[in-house]
Amino acid sequence: MNPVNYLYLAGLLFTIGATGVLIRRNAIVVFMCVELMLNACNLAFVTFSRLHGNLDGQVFAFFTMVVAAAEVVVGLAIIVSLFRTRHSASVDDASLMKL
Amino acid sequence: MEKLIALLIAAPLLGAAVLLVGGRRLDRVGHWIGTLLSTASFVFGLLLFADLLGRNAEHRTLTQHLWSWIPVEGFQADVTLRLDQLSMTFVLLITGVGSLIHLYSVGYMEHDERRRRFFGYLNLFLAAMLLLVLADNYLLLYVGWEGVGLASYLLIGFWQHKPSAATAAKKAFLVNRVGDMGLSIAIMLMFTTFGSFAFGPVFGHVGDASQGKLTAIGLMLLLAACGKSAQVPLQSWLGDAMEGPTPVSALIHAATMVTAGVYLIVRSAAVFNAAPDAQLAVTVVGAVTLLFGAIVGCAKDDIKKALAGSTMSQIGYMVLAAGLGPIGYVFAIMHLVTHGFFKAGLFLGAGSVMHGMNDEVDMRKYGGLRKYMPVTFVTFGLGYLAIIGFPGLSGFFSKDKIIEAAFAKGGTEGWILGGAALLGAAITAFYMTRVMLMTFFGEERWKNRPTRSPGAPSAEPAAEHRGEHAEPHPHESPKVMTIPMIVLAVGSVLGGGFFSIGDRFLHWLEPVTGHSEGHSPVSAGEVTAATMVCLVIGVAIAWAQYGRKPVPAVAPRGSLLTRAARRDLLQDDFNHVVLVRGGEHLTRSLVYLDHSLVDGVVNGTAAGFGGLSGRLRRFQNGFARSYAVSMFGGAALLVAATLLMRAV
Repeated sequence: MNPVNYLYLAGLLFTIGATGVLIRRNAIVVFMCVELMLNACNLAFVTFSRLHGNLDGQVFAFFTMVVAAAEVVVGLAIIVSLFRTRHSASVDDASLMKL
Repeated sequence: MEKLIALLIAAPLLGAAVLLVGGRRLDRVGHWIGTLLSTASFVFGLLLFADLLGRNAEHRTLTQHLWSWIPVEGFQADVTLRLDQLSMTFVLLITGVGSLIHLYSVGYMEHDERRRRFFGYLNLFLAAMLLLVLADNYLLLYVGWEGVGLASYLLIGFWQHKPSAATAAKKAFLVNRVGDMGLSIAIMLMFTTFGSFAFGPVFGHVGDASQGKLTAIGLMLLLAACGKSAQVPLQSWLGDAMEGPTPVSALIHAATMVTAGVYLIVRSAAVFNAAPDAQLAVTVVGAVTLLFGAIVGCAKDDIKKALAGSTMSQIGYMVLAAGLGPIGYVFAIMHLVTHGFFKAGLFLGAGSVMHGMNDEVDMRKYGGLRKYMPVTFVTFGLGYLAIIGFPGLSGFFSKDKIIEAAFAKGGTEGWILGGAALLGAAITAFYMTRVMLMTFFGEERWKNRPTRSPGAPSAEPAAEHRGEHAEPHPHESPKVMTIPMIVLAVGSVLGGGFFSIGDRFLHWLEPVTGHSEGHSPVSAGEVTAATMVCLVIGVAIAWAQYGRKPVPAVAPRGSLLTRAARRDLLQDDFNHVVLVRGGEHLTRSLVYLDHSLVDGVVNGTAAGFGGLSGRLRRFQNGFARSYAVSMFGGAALLVAATLLMRAV
């Protein structure tokens, strides 16, 4: 199977993730879309690693996974506390950070 | 002997420091400390004078180098004192007359609770003036010059609780600043022209400088002299300076301050001799001022202001003489010294009259005082005879010489200047006779005075209770005041004759200032005769107006000239219209320019950025998703740019 197809898939997943981040209001869904974008990137890394025949991309993929895991911990904690105080998980409700 | 020179200045300076720093605990002895130290300075002056007399005429210049003040490569300012015949004359006049005025002030200021401070300022005045006349370079002279300005400010405004005194002090200071600018510019010009401002190098290299530069230096020095000596056009401060206590007026008019300008011109003789245009300006200023002051003096009812006009006029004579060059320098200084005696005497006499008359200064409320104040009458009378140039008294000798020198200038100029001086002599005789008659002769107008003006009978009843307008009881002043007046009167009588007979003063001062005889179109005898005729005319007119007829208690309206002269010949109005209004218009237009142009640019820039930021602010709306759009947009742009670069 042609490895370039994986790159198309990665692009598709990234686009879906980005679209989700931009158009969805629910913080959990936005969060999942961010994860989708990260994994699309991971897929691209691994594919390029395969294409070029070295391991650099795979190493980066692992790094991304570790960072994503840490980010999930923090992000979920923020979302939970936000939900507790405002009884809503809509990102548009948390719009106080402006002049 | 040279070591004594610094002590001349140090003694009054020490007095000023002790009295001003010492505080209240010196209140009881302060006046005697001040008088003692000023007299000490006079004694040092006498010692030095005796020393100078013991030397040959060529070796009568002593210098004392104290320390290097500003030692910079190419710019050397030293604190060096120079005592020659000219400085010596001034030292004796300043310390001698100054000490007498100190003594007089002990009595005059007896009831003033700030008397100690007054004596501190008097000592400061003497110290500054002595520094001025003893300095060996123009920069050090400038220090003394400014010190004199400061001390005069402090003393004119001594009764600072009176708004008029505070204003007068400020006025004197500001007008003097204009003159000071002239002196500082002259010093700068000297430095650029000669590379030095010490007397020796400057006077030695006058020949090397261009005519234009010398004229500029001369005119700037003249401006400085005009400020300090109250010459037209910087004369307006002198009349208002009468707000100070009377001894201050005596000190300013006789010994210090106004004589500084004459000193400056005579000291800079070398510069003026080489700049005929500047010299001409000096004579014109002198001639105009001597008439100006005399006319003002005729119209004033305030005894001190009449005397102030007289000072202006007499200093005008000196400046005129100083502008005549070597034929006049000696006589300028001689008139300065004799004037120092009789003007100090006249002012002290005026102070004594005021002392006995509840500080009344309006001569229309005097009259017939000769019976009540015999000593004041005699001393004032002798000063009066001296100033009008009564034969044999000091003014006769010194003023006559100046008029003679003015004619000796030669040509049309000589006739004009000499004529102005003669006319001035006639007017002097008129206004001084007027002062004399209104004060000491005639009916006693202070007696049974109706309360204020007859039109308003009960104008100010409260004042009557305070005793301010109660009928005065004229009395002779205490001895401490009359003794200085007697000494000064003796000086006024004998000084001129002592100086003139055998040309003593001429021989004494000639080595410093130089002297040459002019070619007068009229003989000395003719000048004297003409002066006598002028004198008699002046006295006769005054007697006809103020001696024969009773003096009205309320000033008559008078002619246009009288009314103008009462307002100091409109000098303040002139200054107001030209300088104050002009300055106001200038500042207003500058303010307008500042508001419209400078502020316009600055405010416009600020407003532009403000508006731009207001627009940019809208992008920060608080919605996380819109931020995300910008991030994605930015990232997309970066990727596109990278791809584009790759493609190129």
